[in-house]
Amino acid sequence: MNKDILTGLLLDEECSLTLSELSRACAVHAEWVVELVDEGILEPSGRDATHWRFSGPSLHRARTARHLQQDLGINIAGAALVLDMLNEIEILRARLRILEQ
Amino acid sequence: MEFRDYYKIMGVKKDATQDEIKRAYRKLARKYHPDVSKEQDAEKKFKEVGEAYEVLKDPEKRAAYDQLGTNWKAGQEFHPPPDWDAGFEFSGGGFTPGDASAFSDFFESLFGHGGVGGFTGAQQTGTHFQARGQDHHAKVMIDLEDAFHGATRAITLHAPELDTEGHVRTRERTLNVQIPKGIKKGQQIRLTGQGSPGMGGEGTGDLYLEVEFRPHPFYKIKGGDLYIELPVTPWEAVLGAKVKVPTPTAIIDLKIPAGSASGRKLRLKGRGIPGKPAGDFYTVLRIALPPGDTQQAKEIYREMEQKLAFNPRAKLGV
Repeated sequence: MNKDILTGLLLDEECSLTLSELSRACAVHAEWVVELVDEGILEPSGRDATHWRFSGPSLHRARTARHLQQDLGINIAGAALVLDMLNEIEILRARLRILEQ
Repeated sequence: MEFRDYYKIMGVKKDATQDEIKRAYRKLARKYHPDVSKEQDAEKKFKEVGEAYEVLKDPEKRAAYDQLGTNWKAGQEFHPPPDWDAGFEFSGGGFTPGDASAFSDFFESLFGHGGVGGFTGAQQTGTHFQARGQDHHAKVMIDLEDAFHGATRAITLHAPELDTEGHVRTRERTLNVQIPKGIKKGQQIRLTGQGSPGMGGEGTGDLYLEVEFRPHPFYKIKGGDLYIELPVTPWEAVLGAKVKVPTPTAIIDLKIPAGSASGRKLRLKGRGIPGKPAGDFYTVLRIALPPGDTQQAKEIYREMEQKLAFNPRAKLGV
Protein backbone atom coordinates (compact mmCIF):
# COMPACT_ATOMS: atom_id res chain seq x y z
CA MET A 1 0.00 0.00 0.00
CA ASN A 2 1.18 3.42 -0.90
CA LYS A 3 1.61 5.38 2.31
CA ASP A 4 1.60 8.80 0.70
CA ILE A 5 -1.42 10.91 1.30
CA LEU A 6 -2.93 12.07 -1.98
CA THR A 7 -4.50 15.47 -2.17
CA GLY A 8 -6.85 15.95 -5.07
CA LEU A 9 -8.70 18.84 -6.60
CA LEU A 10 -12.21 19.29 -5.26
CA LEU A 11 -14.55 19.72 -8.22
CA ASP A 12 -17.01 22.11 -6.62
CA GLU A 13 -18.97 24.97 -8.14
CA GLU A 14 -15.92 27.19 -8.10
CA CYS A 15 -13.50 24.92 -9.90
CA SER A 16 -13.43 25.10 -13.67
CA LEU A 17 -12.78 22.43 -16.26
CA THR A 18 -11.89 23.05 -19.87
CA LEU A 19 -13.71 21.39 -22.75
CA SER A 20 -10.86 18.95 -23.29
CA GLU A 21 -10.60 18.06 -19.59
CA LEU A 22 -14.32 17.40 -19.41
CA SER A 23 -14.34 15.37 -22.64
CA ARG A 24 -11.46 13.27 -21.44
CA ALA A 25 -13.01 12.60 -18.04
CA CYS A 26 -16.18 11.38 -19.77
CA ALA A 27 -14.22 9.41 -22.43
CA VAL A 28 -16.09 11.21 -25.21
CA HIS A 29 -15.23 13.45 -28.12
CA ALA A 30 -15.46 17.19 -27.57
CA GLU A 31 -18.22 17.32 -30.23
CA TRP A 32 -20.45 15.30 -27.95
CA VAL A 33 -19.92 17.75 -25.08
CA VAL A 34 -20.76 20.59 -27.48
CA GLU A 35 -24.08 18.85 -28.17
CA LEU A 36 -24.80 18.83 -24.43
CA VAL A 37 -24.12 22.55 -24.29
CA ASP A 38 -26.41 23.13 -27.30
CA GLU A 39 -29.15 21.20 -25.51
CA GLY A 40 -28.68 23.24 -22.34
CA ILE A 41 -27.55 20.25 -20.27
CA LEU A 42 -24.28 22.01 -19.51
CA GLU A 43 -23.90 25.75 -19.07
CA PRO A 44 -20.25 26.74 -19.29
CA SER A 45 -18.99 30.25 -18.79
CA GLY A 46 -16.88 31.80 -21.56
CA ARG A 47 -17.85 33.16 -24.96
CA ASP A 48 -16.85 30.30 -27.26
CA ALA A 49 -15.77 26.68 -27.07
CA THR A 50 -12.08 27.45 -26.69
CA HIS A 51 -12.83 29.65 -23.68
CA TRP A 52 -15.50 27.51 -22.11
CA ARG A 53 -15.11 26.70 -18.43
CA PHE A 54 -17.33 24.07 -16.83
CA SER A 55 -18.14 23.92 -13.12
CA GLY A 56 -17.30 20.76 -11.13
CA PRO A 57 -20.86 19.35 -11.07
CA SER A 58 -20.93 19.47 -14.91
CA LEU A 59 -18.82 16.33 -14.93
CA HIS A 60 -21.45 14.35 -13.06
CA ARG A 61 -24.21 15.59 -15.37
CA ALA A 62 -22.23 14.83 -18.50
CA ARG A 63 -21.37 11.33 -17.34
CA THR A 64 -24.93 10.56 -16.37
CA ALA A 65 -26.10 11.76 -19.80
CA ARG A 66 -23.49 9.48 -21.37
CA HIS A 67 -24.64 6.45 -19.39
CA LEU A 68 -28.29 7.12 -20.21
CA GLN A 69 -27.44 7.33 -23.87
CA GLN A 70 -25.24 4.25 -23.96
CA ASP A 71 -27.18 1.98 -21.63
CA LEU A 72 -30.79 2.93 -22.30
CA GLY A 73 -30.64 4.35 -25.81
CA ILE A 74 -31.93 7.75 -24.67
CA ASN A 75 -31.16 10.66 -26.98
CA ILE A 76 -29.71 13.95 -25.75
CA ALA A 77 -33.04 15.75 -25.45
CA GLY A 78 -34.38 12.82 -23.45
CA ALA A 79 -31.28 12.78 -21.27
CA ALA A 80 -31.78 16.49 -20.56
CA LEU A 81 -35.30 15.77 -19.35
CA VAL A 82 -34.17 12.80 -17.22
CA LEU A 83 -31.40 14.89 -15.64
CA ASP A 84 -33.83 17.66 -14.71
CA MET A 85 -36.22 15.14 -13.23
CA LEU A 86 -33.46 13.34 -11.33
CA ASN A 87 -32.43 16.66 -9.89
CA GLU A 88 -35.96 17.42 -8.79
CA ILE A 89 -36.38 13.93 -7.31
CA GLU A 90 -33.16 14.43 -5.36
CA ILE A 91 -34.48 17.69 -3.88
CA LEU A 92 -37.81 16.07 -3.01
CA ARG A 93 -36.09 13.06 -1.46
CA ALA A 94 -33.93 15.32 0.71
CA ARG A 95 -37.08 17.12 1.92
CA LEU A 96 -38.81 13.82 2.52
CA ARG A 97 -35.91 12.51 4.61
CA ILE A 98 -36.18 15.59 6.81
CA LEU A 99 -39.95 15.26 7.18
CA GLU A 100 -39.74 11.55 7.92
CA GLN A 101 -37.35 11.94 10.84
CA MET B 1 -17.96 -21.06 -10.21
CA GLU B 2 -21.74 -20.86 -10.06
CA PHE B 3 -24.13 -21.48 -12.88
CA ARG B 4 -26.09 -18.41 -13.97
CA ASP B 5 -29.63 -18.73 -15.22
CA TYR B 6 -29.80 -15.93 -17.74
CA TYR B 7 -33.45 -16.56 -18.51
CA LYS B 8 -34.36 -16.22 -14.86
CA ILE B 9 -32.33 -13.02 -14.51
CA MET B 10 -34.19 -11.56 -17.48
CA GLY B 11 -37.53 -12.92 -16.30
CA VAL B 12 -38.32 -14.54 -19.63
CA LYS B 13 -39.25 -18.07 -20.68
CA LYS B 14 -36.69 -20.28 -22.35
CA ASP B 15 -38.58 -20.07 -25.62
CA ALA B 16 -38.87 -16.27 -25.55
CA THR B 17 -38.50 -14.53 -28.90
CA GLN B 18 -35.63 -12.12 -29.51
CA ASP B 19 -38.15 -9.27 -29.37
CA GLU B 20 -39.43 -10.40 -25.99
CA ILE B 21 -35.86 -10.57 -24.70
CA LYS B 22 -35.14 -7.09 -25.97
CA ARG B 23 -38.25 -5.70 -24.30
CA ALA B 24 -37.43 -7.44 -21.03
CA TYR B 25 -33.93 -6.00 -21.17
CA ARG B 26 -35.09 -2.45 -21.83
CA LYS B 27 -37.48 -2.64 -18.89
CA LEU B 28 -34.92 -4.06 -16.46
CA ALA B 29 -32.18 -1.70 -17.65
CA ARG B 30 -34.41 1.26 -16.85
CA LYS B 31 -35.37 -0.22 -13.51
CA TYR B 32 -31.83 -0.89 -12.35
CA HIS B 33 -29.85 1.80 -14.10
CA PRO B 34 -27.41 3.01 -11.42
CA ASP B 35 -27.88 6.68 -12.32
CA VAL B 36 -31.63 6.47 -12.02
CA SER B 37 -32.52 3.62 -9.70
CA LYS B 38 -32.76 3.79 -5.94
CA GLU B 39 -33.17 0.02 -5.65
CA GLN B 40 -30.75 -1.75 -3.38
CA ASP B 41 -27.95 -3.40 -5.34
CA ALA B 42 -29.05 -1.54 -8.47
CA GLU B 43 -25.57 -1.55 -9.92
CA LYS B 44 -25.06 -5.27 -9.30
CA LYS B 45 -28.45 -6.11 -10.80
CA PHE B 46 -27.80 -3.83 -13.76
CA LYS B 47 -24.59 -5.70 -14.51
CA GLU B 48 -26.27 -9.09 -14.18
CA VAL B 49 -28.99 -8.04 -16.57
CA GLY B 50 -26.41 -6.63 -18.98
CA GLU B 51 -24.51 -9.90 -18.92
CA ALA B 52 -27.65 -11.98 -19.45
CA TYR B 53 -28.65 -9.75 -22.36
CA GLU B 54 -25.19 -9.97 -23.88
CA VAL B 55 -25.74 -13.70 -24.22
CA LEU B 56 -29.44 -13.93 -25.00
CA LYS B 57 -29.57 -11.13 -27.57
CA ASP B 58 -27.00 -12.88 -29.70
CA PRO B 59 -28.52 -15.95 -31.38
CA GLU B 60 -25.09 -17.62 -31.59
CA LYS B 61 -24.32 -17.24 -27.93
CA ARG B 62 -27.85 -18.02 -26.92
CA ALA B 63 -27.80 -21.30 -28.85
CA ALA B 64 -24.49 -22.23 -27.27
CA TYR B 65 -25.79 -21.37 -23.81
CA ASP B 66 -29.01 -23.33 -24.39
CA GLN B 67 -27.15 -26.50 -25.26
CA LEU B 68 -25.60 -26.57 -21.78
CA GLY B 69 -28.91 -28.19 -20.95
CA THR B 70 -31.89 -27.36 -18.81
CA ASN B 71 -30.89 -29.20 -15.66
CA TRP B 72 -28.75 -26.43 -14.26
CA LYS B 73 -30.02 -24.34 -11.38
CA ALA B 74 -28.88 -20.80 -10.64
CA GLY B 75 -26.06 -20.82 -8.12
CA GLN B 76 -25.17 -24.46 -8.72
CA GLU B 77 -21.47 -25.29 -8.92
CA PHE B 78 -20.58 -25.21 -12.59
CA HIS B 79 -17.69 -26.21 -14.82
CA PRO B 80 -18.06 -25.94 -18.56
CA PRO B 81 -18.12 -29.40 -20.14
CA PRO B 82 -15.04 -30.11 -22.26
CA ASP B 83 -15.48 -28.92 -25.84
CA TRP B 84 -18.84 -27.49 -24.82
CA ASP B 85 -18.77 -25.00 -27.64
CA ALA B 86 -17.56 -27.40 -30.33
CA GLY B 87 -19.57 -26.90 -33.44
CA PHE B 88 -20.61 -23.37 -32.57
CA GLU B 89 -19.37 -20.54 -34.62
CA PHE B 90 -18.90 -17.18 -32.98
CA SER B 91 -18.56 -14.36 -35.39
CA GLY B 92 -16.19 -11.57 -34.58
CA GLY B 93 -13.69 -13.65 -32.68
CA GLY B 94 -15.78 -14.79 -29.74
CA PHE B 95 -18.03 -12.08 -28.54
CA THR B 96 -18.60 -8.38 -28.74
CA PRO B 97 -16.96 -6.56 -25.88
CA GLY B 98 -19.67 -4.61 -24.16
CA ASP B 99 -19.33 -4.37 -20.45
CA ALA B 100 -16.96 -7.28 -20.49
CA SER B 101 -14.87 -6.40 -17.46
CA ALA B 102 -17.96 -6.46 -15.28
CA PHE B 103 -19.08 -9.92 -16.39
CA SER B 104 -18.99 -12.95 -14.14
CA ASP B 105 -16.50 -15.79 -14.12
CA PHE B 106 -19.32 -17.94 -15.43
CA PHE B 107 -19.64 -15.73 -18.50
CA GLU B 108 -15.89 -15.67 -19.02
CA SER B 109 -15.56 -19.43 -18.80
CA LEU B 110 -18.06 -19.74 -21.63
CA PHE B 111 -17.34 -16.81 -23.86
CA GLY B 112 -13.89 -15.68 -22.89
CA HIS B 113 -12.65 -12.28 -22.00
CA GLY B 114 -13.13 -9.25 -24.11
CA GLY B 115 -11.75 -5.78 -24.03
CA VAL B 116 -11.69 -3.51 -21.07
CA GLY B 117 -14.95 -1.76 -20.46
CA GLY B 118 -17.46 -1.31 -17.77
CA PHE B 119 -19.90 0.97 -16.18
CA THR B 120 -17.63 2.38 -13.54
CA GLY B 121 -14.35 1.09 -14.83
CA ALA B 122 -12.19 2.45 -17.57
CA GLN B 123 -13.59 2.71 -21.04
CA GLN B 124 -11.59 1.77 -24.06
CA THR B 125 -12.37 4.25 -26.76
CA GLY B 126 -10.16 3.23 -29.62
CA THR B 127 -7.20 1.33 -30.85
CA HIS B 128 -4.69 4.16 -31.06
CA PHE B 129 -1.22 2.95 -30.45
CA GLN B 130 -0.43 6.21 -28.77
CA ALA B 131 -2.94 7.15 -26.14
CA ARG B 132 -3.19 8.96 -22.91
CA GLY B 133 -4.17 6.60 -20.11
CA GLN B 134 -7.86 6.27 -19.34
CA ASP B 135 -9.46 8.22 -16.54
CA HIS B 136 -11.06 6.14 -13.81
CA HIS B 137 -14.13 6.87 -11.74
CA ALA B 138 -15.10 5.49 -8.36
CA LYS B 139 -17.47 6.24 -5.51
CA VAL B 140 -16.36 6.59 -1.92
CA MET B 141 -18.41 6.63 1.25
CA ILE B 142 -17.43 9.10 3.96
CA ASP B 143 -18.87 10.23 7.27
CA LEU B 144 -20.50 13.61 7.70
CA GLU B 145 -17.86 14.50 10.26
CA ASP B 146 -15.20 14.18 7.54
CA ALA B 147 -16.76 17.12 5.71
CA PHE B 148 -16.53 19.21 8.87
CA HIS B 149 -12.98 18.52 9.82
CA GLY B 150 -11.40 17.14 6.69
CA ALA B 151 -9.91 13.65 6.94
CA THR B 152 -7.56 11.16 5.41
CA ARG B 153 -9.30 8.01 4.25
CA ALA B 154 -7.84 4.77 2.93
CA ILE B 155 -9.78 3.85 -0.17
CA THR B 156 -9.52 0.43 -1.81
CA LEU B 157 -10.25 0.30 -5.51
CA HIS B 158 -10.59 -2.55 -7.95
CA ALA B 159 -9.84 -1.79 -11.53
CA PRO B 160 -9.60 -3.99 -14.59
CA GLU B 161 -6.22 -3.75 -16.22
CA LEU B 162 -4.56 -5.27 -19.25
CA ASP B 163 -1.34 -7.12 -18.47
CA THR B 164 1.61 -7.37 -20.84
CA GLU B 165 0.05 -10.34 -22.64
CA GLY B 166 -3.23 -8.55 -23.12
CA HIS B 167 -5.20 -10.44 -20.46
CA VAL B 168 -7.56 -8.60 -18.19
CA ARG B 169 -6.69 -8.75 -14.52
CA THR B 170 -8.34 -7.10 -11.58
CA ARG B 171 -5.90 -4.88 -9.84
CA GLU B 172 -6.55 -3.96 -6.23
CA ARG B 173 -4.91 -0.93 -4.75
CA THR B 174 -5.35 1.19 -1.67
CA LEU B 175 -4.90 4.93 -1.72
CA ASN B 176 -4.74 7.35 1.18
CA VAL B 177 -6.83 10.26 0.08
CA GLN B 178 -7.23 13.63 1.69
CA ILE B 179 -10.95 14.42 2.00
CA PRO B 180 -11.17 18.21 1.83
CA LYS B 181 -13.11 20.07 4.49
CA GLY B 182 -16.43 21.33 3.17
CA ILE B 183 -17.05 18.58 0.64
CA LYS B 184 -20.68 17.92 -0.25
CA LYS B 185 -22.66 14.95 -1.47
CA GLY B 186 -22.04 14.14 -5.12
CA GLN B 187 -18.97 16.31 -5.43
CA GLN B 188 -15.91 14.79 -7.02
CA ILE B 189 -12.25 14.85 -6.21
CA ARG B 190 -9.79 14.63 -9.07
CA LEU B 191 -6.54 12.80 -8.38
CA THR B 192 -4.16 13.58 -11.18
CA GLY B 193 -2.15 10.67 -12.55
CA GLN B 194 -4.04 7.94 -10.65
CA GLY B 195 -5.81 6.49 -13.70
CA SER B 196 -4.49 4.02 -16.26
CA PRO B 197 -0.96 4.36 -17.58
CA GLY B 198 -0.71 5.84 -21.04
CA MET B 199 0.57 4.03 -24.11
CA GLY B 200 3.34 5.11 -26.43
CA GLY B 201 4.79 7.67 -24.06
CA GLU B 202 1.54 9.48 -23.38
CA GLY B 203 0.50 10.65 -19.92
CA THR B 204 -1.33 8.72 -17.22
CA GLY B 205 -5.06 9.17 -16.75
CA ASP B 206 -6.74 10.68 -13.71
CA LEU B 207 -8.89 9.20 -10.99
CA TYR B 208 -12.20 10.82 -10.09
CA LEU B 209 -13.72 10.02 -6.71
CA GLU B 210 -17.36 10.82 -6.13
CA VAL B 211 -18.28 11.38 -2.52
CA GLU B 212 -21.36 9.97 -0.84
CA PHE B 213 -22.21 10.32 2.86
CA ARG B 214 -23.03 7.37 5.04
CA PRO B 215 -26.46 7.88 6.61
CA HIS B 216 -26.15 9.64 9.94
CA PRO B 217 -28.26 8.53 12.94
CA PHE B 218 -29.62 12.01 13.58
CA TYR B 219 -28.42 14.57 11.10
CA LYS B 220 -30.07 14.79 7.69
CA ILE B 221 -28.15 16.47 4.91
CA LYS B 222 -29.59 18.72 2.23
CA GLY B 223 -26.85 20.24 0.12
CA GLY B 224 -24.70 22.11 2.64
CA ASP B 225 -27.46 22.35 5.23
CA LEU B 226 -28.02 19.99 8.14
CA TYR B 227 -31.29 19.19 9.85
CA ILE B 228 -31.88 17.66 13.24
CA GLU B 229 -35.20 16.79 14.79
CA LEU B 230 -35.17 17.93 18.40
CA PRO B 231 -37.73 16.54 20.83
CA VAL B 232 -38.90 19.12 23.38
CA THR B 233 -41.39 18.96 26.24
CA PRO B 234 -44.70 20.84 25.96
CA TRP B 235 -43.56 23.25 28.71
CA GLU B 236 -40.25 23.95 26.95
CA ALA B 237 -42.15 24.79 23.78
CA VAL B 238 -44.80 26.89 25.53
CA LEU B 239 -42.73 28.67 28.16
CA GLY B 240 -39.44 28.87 26.29
CA ALA B 241 -36.24 27.20 27.42
CA LYS B 242 -32.57 26.75 26.83
CA VAL B 243 -31.75 23.19 25.75
CA LYS B 244 -28.67 21.31 24.61
CA VAL B 245 -28.39 20.38 20.92
CA PRO B 246 -25.62 18.27 19.40
CA THR B 247 -23.93 19.65 16.27
CA PRO B 248 -21.06 17.93 14.44
CA THR B 249 -18.56 20.35 15.96
CA ALA B 250 -19.89 20.92 19.48
CA ILE B 251 -22.84 20.59 21.82
CA ILE B 252 -24.50 23.97 21.86
CA ASP B 253 -27.12 25.72 24.01
CA LEU B 254 -30.17 26.57 21.95
CA LYS B 255 -32.78 29.05 23.07
CA ILE B 256 -36.29 27.88 22.36
CA PRO B 257 -38.59 30.88 22.03
CA ALA B 258 -41.74 30.85 24.18
CA GLY B 259 -44.85 29.85 22.26
CA SER B 260 -43.07 27.55 19.77
CA ALA B 261 -45.29 25.15 17.85
CA SER B 262 -44.32 21.62 16.91
CA GLY B 263 -42.42 21.64 13.61
CA ARG B 264 -40.93 25.09 14.21
CA LYS B 265 -37.60 25.46 12.46
CA LEU B 266 -34.78 27.28 14.21
CA ARG B 267 -31.84 28.22 12.04
CA LEU B 268 -28.24 28.46 13.18
CA LYS B 269 -26.57 30.33 10.39
CA GLY B 270 -23.27 28.97 9.12
CA ARG B 271 -23.32 25.89 11.38
CA GLY B 272 -23.86 23.46 8.49
CA ILE B 273 -21.16 22.00 6.26
CA PRO B 274 -18.27 24.49 6.12
CA GLY B 275 -17.61 26.35 2.90
CA LYS B 276 -18.03 29.62 1.12
CA PRO B 277 -20.74 30.18 2.09
CA ALA B 278 -21.09 27.65 4.89
CA GLY B 279 -24.37 25.76 5.11
CA ASP B 280 -26.89 26.32 7.89
CA PHE B 281 -27.93 24.10 10.76
CA TYR B 282 -31.67 23.68 11.27
CA THR B 283 -33.30 22.42 14.41
CA VAL B 284 -36.83 21.18 13.84
CA LEU B 285 -38.83 21.04 17.08
CA ARG B 286 -41.03 18.08 17.83
CA ILE B 287 -43.14 18.21 20.94
CA ALA B 288 -42.83 14.98 22.89
CA LEU B 289 -45.79 14.04 25.02
CA PRO B 290 -44.99 13.01 28.58
CA PRO B 291 -46.42 9.52 29.22
CA GLY B 292 -49.50 9.41 31.44
CA ASP B 293 -48.50 6.15 33.06
CA THR B 294 -48.47 7.20 36.71
CA GLN B 295 -51.26 8.33 38.98
CA GLN B 296 -49.68 11.76 39.30
CA ALA B 297 -49.24 12.23 35.55
CA LYS B 298 -52.85 11.26 34.97
CA GLU B 299 -53.96 13.82 37.55
CA ILE B 300 -52.03 16.57 35.82
CA TYR B 301 -53.57 15.67 32.45
CA ARG B 302 -57.02 15.68 34.06
CA GLU B 303 -56.33 19.06 35.56
CA MET B 304 -55.35 20.40 32.12
CA GLU B 305 -58.50 18.92 30.65
CA GLN B 306 -60.59 20.79 33.20
CA LYS B 307 -58.71 24.07 33.35
CA LEU B 308 -57.46 24.65 29.81
CA ALA B 309 -60.19 25.50 27.35
CA PHE B 310 -58.40 24.12 24.33
CA ASN B 311 -59.95 22.80 21.16
CA PRO B 312 -57.21 21.64 18.74
CA ARG B 313 -59.89 20.96 16.12
CA ALA B 314 -61.39 24.47 16.10
CA LYS B 315 -60.22 25.04 12.52
CA LEU B 316 -62.08 21.97 11.37
CA GLY B 317 -65.34 23.54 12.59
CA VAL B 318 -66.04 20.84 15.14
